[in-house]
Amino acid sequence: MSKITLKDLSHSYLDKQNSNADWALRNINIDWKDGGAYALLGPSGCGKTTLLNIISGLLNPTKGKVFFNDKDITLKTPVERNIAQVFQFPVIYDTMTVYNNLAFPLKNRGIPQNEIDKRVKEIAEMLELTKTLYNRASGLTADGKQKISLGRGLARSDVNVIMFDEPLTVIDPHLKWVLRSKLKELHQKINRTMIYVTHDQTEALTFADQVVVMHEGEIVQTGTPVELFEKPKHTFVGYFIGSPGMNIIPCEIQNGTAEVAGVKIFTSSEIKQKSNFSKIEIGIRPEFVSFSKDGIPVKIIKVNNTGRNKIIDTECKNGKIKVLSQSSKEIPSGSAFLSFDKKYTYAYGDSKIIE
Amino acid sequence: MNKTINQKAWFFVIPVFILVAFNAVVPLMTVVNYAFQDTFGNNVFMWEGTRWFKQILRSERFHAALGRQFLFTGIILLIQIPLGIAIALSMPKKGIGVPICLVLMSMPLLIPWNVVGAMWNIFALPEIGFLGHSLNDLGFDYNFTQQIGDAWFTTILMDVWHWTSLVVLLSYAGLQSIQPAYYQAAEIDGASKWAIFRYIELPKMKKVLTIAILLRFMDSFMIYTEPFVLTGGGPGNATAFLSIDLVKMALGQFDLGPAAAMSLIYFFIVLLVCWVFYNLMMRNEEQK
Repeated sequence: MSKITLKDLSHSYLDKQNSNADWALRNINIDWKDGGAYALLGPSGCGKTTLLNIISGLLNPTKGKVFFNDKDITLKTPVERNIAQVFQFPVIYDTMTVYNNLAFPLKNRGIPQNEIDKRVKEIAEMLELTKTLYNRASGLTADGKQKISLGRGLARSDVNVIMFDEPLTVIDPHLKWVLRSKLKELHQKINRTMIYVTHDQTEALTFADQVVVMHEGEIVQTGTPVELFEKPKHTFVGYFIGSPGMNIIPCEIQNGTAEVAGVKIFTSSEIKQKSNFSKIEIGIRPEFVSFSKDGIPVKIIKVNNTGRNKIIDTECKNGKIKVLSQSSKEIPSGSAFLSFDKKYTYAYGDSKIIE
Repeated sequence: MNKTINQKAWFFVIPVFILVAFNAVVPLMTVVNYAFQDTFGNNVFMWEGTRWFKQILRSERFHAALGRQFLFTGIILLIQIPLGIAIALSMPKKGIGVPICLVLMSMPLLIPWNVVGAMWNIFALPEIGFLGHSLNDLGFDYNFTQQIGDAWFTTILMDVWHWTSLVVLLSYAGLQSIQPAYYQAAEIDGASKWAIFRYIELPKMKKVLTIAILLRFMDSFMIYTEPFVLTGGGPGNATAFLSIDLVKMALGQFDLGPAAAMSLIYFFIVLLVCWVFYNLMMRNEEQK
């Protein structure tokens, strides 16, 4: 069990770094509490696996430090850090039985036989592997194998942190849901720090208390699922999270207020320093856009019915705006006016929120 | 599945059939023909039944050659497989070292067999060969042309030099295909170097090692050219392995009947061992 702190962490896979693009990670600062469930969320290639490998000790960072419980462990090996990691595809020891797979990390640490036996059976029970405990591990299905990988991580009772690197990638969709709830349940049961890396927003938002959204090697926002949804601090978070993503509309600034298609837009905070940015945009989630008598004049292009909701594609002078409304509601056709909920309307300067 | 029935397709098989017939089936049938008959030349044959087979199976000369053959194959497998794996494990995994090692490793495999024999013959000659002369200078009484132990030592050394590379290359290919996550997981699980080898590398190399053992078994069991050039089967019959003995019988003594029977028995031994070994390895595979 431990608290994890990352300080000014940067990593590059190259020997020499000439530009920002040469860095896989830039200036990562994180404080994670003991026993929390965290997710690293971002598209492929954003550096989340690199970050995970630095925390687990498989990689040494180019710059910066890693602390477990305020102790500097930047140069320590994975064994010394006492962590567990579950990989993207199931890593099992083919020739061993399920039992021996689960016992392997314990045996390597010289734990007495009777204790190993007790622990392995406990873990097997927890993961519903008891029936196949004495079968050869290679004969199991993909989700069974991934449970073994997971079990090896849980077997040691003293690990500082358990890390998951997109562990559900190879699992069938209907089992994904089962395993995901299992993970959540396990976290509540054993109360250990868990870090979950994924590019799937549903996985991240359902698993974690705190989600770290990464983009091009940087952390763009850290927050609870609700915070990420209601107040994205970066336009990337806005459109990466949520389905459909946030509307990002270019706007003009007139006397300290934003204007879209000549209509004044009131944002949750005022725009003071207007000239400091090369571009200013308005961000609003489709959930908070509604049709009204007056407002931004738009043309309705398409209406998609998803069953419970309707997603309406509209277009104004400044660009496209999506509207999400309940299926039962009447949708005007041809042209209409839109109004934004001020509380959830944000202004973004150079993609970052203006507060 | 609806398969179209088209008997014309058989025409496409004819060329291969003719080729295989002439280079395998027809010669083999000739051998079978000889094995059951006796001849005094002029194409006059007399039926002998299983007489040659009984004679060969009871002959001490055949037993001795077979014994030598199994001993030789056993020794070189015991040396080449572990040595090959060890070399593959210590080869670099990336960088400029990889192509250098691979080229160096494939060199012995590219040398024609009789050249290997001749090379080692000269290399090991006690008076003028580098190896032979050096060993004698160091105080060893080494002479592979006269002493049985030395002849075996030299033959085995030659085969190890010539063929270990094959095991290395196959093992290396097997090792390269292991995903890095396996090593990372083992590192996190606190596995020792030996445990990594035993539980990750060896199981993942199983298939290529099966191939390596099969190839090395067949090739060494049928070895002819290299010992023939190196020792000629001598001193005496000490390094006369099955194929050398067979040629002596067939072409030296012109005992066509017994030689034909012996080649068939020889052929069936190779086939049987390969079949049993392959099935044992693959049965395990299916159990998984």
